Amino acid sequence: MSEPSMSGVAAPAASRRGVAATREPDAIDRKLINALQGDFPLTETPFADVAAAVGLDEAEVIARVQAMVRDRVLTRFGPMFQIERMGGAFCLAAMAVPEVAWGEVVEAVNGFPEVAHNYRREHSLNMWFVLATERPEGIADVAGRIEAATGLPVHLFPKEKEYFVEMKLEA
Amino acid sequence: MASPAPDRSGLDELDRRIVLATQDGLPVVSRPYAAVAAQVGCTEEAVRERLTQMLESGRIRRIGAVPNHYAIGYTANGMSVWNIDDAVIDAVGERVGALDFVTHCYRRPRHLPDWPYNLFAMVHAASREAALARVDEIAMLLEREFRGACKGRDVLFSAGILKKTGLRIAG
Repeated sequence: MSEPSMSGVAAPAASRRGVAATREPDAIDRKLINALQGDFPLTETPFADVAAAVGLDEAEVIARVQAMVRDRVLTRFGPMFQIERMGGAFCLAAMAVPEVAWGEVVEAVNGFPEVAHNYRREHSLNMWFVLATERPEGIADVAGRIEAATGLPVHLFPKEKEYFVEMKLEA
Repeated sequence: MASPAPDRSGLDELDRRIVLATQDGLPVVSRPYAAVAAQVGCTEEAVRERLTQMLESGRIRRIGAVPNHYAIGYTANGMSVWNIDDAVIDAVGERVGALDFVTHCYRRPRHLPDWPYNLFAMVHAASREAALARVDEIAMLLEREFRGACKGRDVLFSAGILKKTGLRIAG
C-alpha cells in the first residue's frame, strides 16, 4: 500500500499496522471461520455441534478457535451486540491527524473504552473510528473528551439510515 | 418485543451481567454457557435462555466469529462515499445496499464544505483494483438508473486496523 513516509517519526510499526493477524488461516481454519459466522448453537456443547457439522472433533475446534483468537485471525468470538436496541448509541467519527502526532493520537483515541473500532484511511480525514456509548447523549460527551485529550476536532457522522449491513464474509 | 423493559436499555440485572461477561467474547471451552453462568451466578440454562431472547429481540445480531478481514484475504477495504441528491437518497441507498459486494450501506450527514458526501457504501475485496472496479460499477449503475443524482464521490481505503473490539459498557 502506498502509505505516506514516516521518516523521522517515532511511530512503531505496530501502531501503524494495529491489530494485524500474526498468521494466515489454513484451509481447515477457513472452513471453521465460514461455519462460525452462522448461528452459533445455543446448546450445552456448541463446539461439539459445530465439530460434528464440519467433520472435526470438539477438541480440535476448540483449540483452533482459541488459536485464531490469540493470533488475531478472528477479531473476536462471541455475541455481537446491537447496542442501539439496548438504549445505547453508535456513531462513526473522523479526525484529521497530523503525521507527526500519529502515534500519540492513536494511543490517546484507542485508550477510550467507547472507541470500538478504529481505522487509518487515506484521506485528509485519516482516522475513522466508531464510538459506542450506553446512552445516545454519551456520543457528544466522549467526542468532546477526545477533542480535549488530542487537541483535534472530532467530526461526527451519525447513521441517519441503515440500508444494509452484511454479517458474514466468505473466508 | 413482548417483555417489559425494566429501564431504557430493556435489560434486567441478569441480562446486564451476561452482557458484561460476554462483551469481550464467549469463553472458548466445551461448555461456554456454563462458564458464563458460573461467572454471573445463575444456571447454564438461564444463560442460554437469555441469549436466545436477546437474539430474538435483536439486541444480539448474531453469535459467532468475527474474522479479521485482512487475515482472510480481504486486504482492500474501501469506504466509498457519494454525494447524492437528497431527493433520491433513499432509493439510491436501497439500490446500492442490495449489491452483493457492498457489506455496509448508510446515509450520514454531510459536513460542508469539506465533506459533501451523504451515502457511505463499504466495499471489501481481495485487491485495491478489484475494489475500485466495484466502485466504478456502482458509479455506472447510478448514472444508468439515477442520472444526474450523483454529484461526486471518493473512496477511502483502509491502511490498517488500529483497534477492533466489541461494544463496551461500563461494569
